[in-house]
Amino acid sequence: MPHLMIHSIGPGVTVQDLGRPGWTAQGLSTGGAADRRAILEAAAILDTPIQAGLEMMGFGGVFSVDRDTRIALTGAQMQASIDGAPVPQNTAVLLRARQKLTIGGAKQGVYGYLSFAGGIATPQIMGSRAAHLTAAIGGLLQAGATLPLGKDTTPLAPPVRLTPDDRCAGGTVRVMPGPQTGYFDAQTPARFTKTQFTRSPRGNRQGVRLDYDGDGFTLSGGLNITSDLIVPGDIQMTGDGVPYVLLAECQTIGGYPRIGTVLPADLPIVAQSAPGTKLRFVFVTVQEADTTATSDKATLAALRAQVTPIIRDPHDIADLLSYQLISGVTAGNEL
Amino acid sequence: MTDPEICPLGVDGVLIRFARTLTEAANTRAIAFARQVKAAALQGVTEVASSLTSVRVGFDPALTDRANITTQLTHLLANPAAKDSAPHRLWQIPVAFGPDHAPQLAEAAALAGVTQDQAIAEITTQKLRVIALGFAPGQPYLGMLPQHWDIPRQSKLTPQMPNGALVVAVRQLIIFAADAPTGWRHIGQSAFQVYQPDAAKPFAFQPGDTVQFCAVGDAELTALQNRSDTNGGAQVSAVT
Repeated sequence: MPHLMIHSIGPGVTVQDLGRPGWTAQGLSTGGAADRRAILEAAAILDTPIQAGLEMMGFGGVFSVDRDTRIALTGAQMQASIDGAPVPQNTAVLLRARQKLTIGGAKQGVYGYLSFAGGIATPQIMGSRAAHLTAAIGGLLQAGATLPLGKDTTPLAPPVRLTPDDRCAGGTVRVMPGPQTGYFDAQTPARFTKTQFTRSPRGNRQGVRLDYDGDGFTLSGGLNITSDLIVPGDIQMTGDGVPYVLLAECQTIGGYPRIGTVLPADLPIVAQSAPGTKLRFVFVTVQEADTTATSDKATLAALRAQVTPIIRDPHDIADLLSYQLISGVTAGNEL
Repeated sequence: MTDPEICPLGVDGVLIRFARTLTEAANTRAIAFARQVKAAALQGVTEVASSLTSVRVGFDPALTDRANITTQLTHLLANPAAKDSAPHRLWQIPVAFGPDHAPQLAEAAALAGVTQDQAIAEITTQKLRVIALGFAPGQPYLGMLPQHWDIPRQSKLTPQMPNGALVVAVRQLIIFAADAPTGWRHIGQSAFQVYQPDAAKPFAFQPGDTVQFCAVGDAELTALQNRSDTNGGAQVSAVT
């Protein structure tokens, strides 16, 4: 079985897939990648089923493999190189055995993803390999560790790339009404959509805090509402009226009032907003929101259709001499 | 109880809310409705979860849509199952109430206006229902204790509770599972783990289960904590 060697690593790297749905009633949120779309993009680029990769919060590490495998970097744009040669984002790239893959800090965005054509082959817990830190499933990866990988059966597949939606620069995020939107007086959602927010330095896989100027977005009826079910994307107002957008690893039930739910299609914009990024919110109707609803399967199929082959210019290939350009050529006399 | 509200909760979900404040009746109805929706096995439904007073029904938008699901849920609401035929379970869980294991029992009993012995008797004679699981994975909210147990949370947080601690506030008990501060008072100690992520069945409880605590001595609790062949000496049985 191939292995991934972790030579050094940033402080927030975990194994993530699309999480483990189905346990909400037992108090365990689905979890999985903070930017789910990046996992689907990797599957499209590497032409694989949906599988686990490394989620790197803010900073990557130094990695190598003991068997040639294609990799893909999706999500946040991170400085990356293989033995010193730059690695393009959103592209299937061959990482040869014992080459050194170095992934630095995020240039834009928060969560970068390193995926392997054979996937990560750690044991599944409740049907998923995703670390769920608050539920004590898996944990932060450490330098010196090795992870089992699945085998890449076609390491020499022609290179392909994807041009993903830019979602690392903030902007306007669509919100749909939820069960508690009506708990707020009418002016509060209106003021909420007129406010420019800044992604606070406080944030993690559970949710991100939003900073702003002005009064808090409190509930006129006070804070004694009955705790109720939460979904990722819910915008909850804490005691002092400061909004938090909840992400993949949120609790399942919460007592803070929630003004609405960020659409899943736009939630990666929030997850990928680095501290200081500007965000605005706009309410859409439930009918408008529902037109954006899609399954992971359908999203993946659409992404697969967008993958394009790369015609490489030999001038751009730094290590041209290392390629086996003449394999398959015969002497011509054995026919 | 008012008519249930049907609200959106995400592009792939519907929330059916039976009441805006927690009552035993609303909770019972939510749990029964969750069972009814599961049993109906509606096309495209991906998850059914109940909480204190509501049920979320998640669906796959590739297989169904909000209008369709809402129509079917409205039909189910209008036609509740004549008898809840799903199996119910009774858990019997040993708890030690000695001073080392129940540092706030005296204080909680005083707030409830009973002696410590009366408090232990009330907590162990009543069968409690799992109202909801949450805060930490598998952690049960158990209710409802008699009205005089409507005691507030303490304003000062206890930094950390041992796993399996029995804590009380607002007519409810929790078997604590989280490594987190709490304002609930520590009135007993079990050797029971509500959540074991590596086990074949990671979660002990389902909403709607019933739980009865039985008092044991400190020595017996220590023995249970050291045994690996039992989850805290708990017994579970089906009840009809």
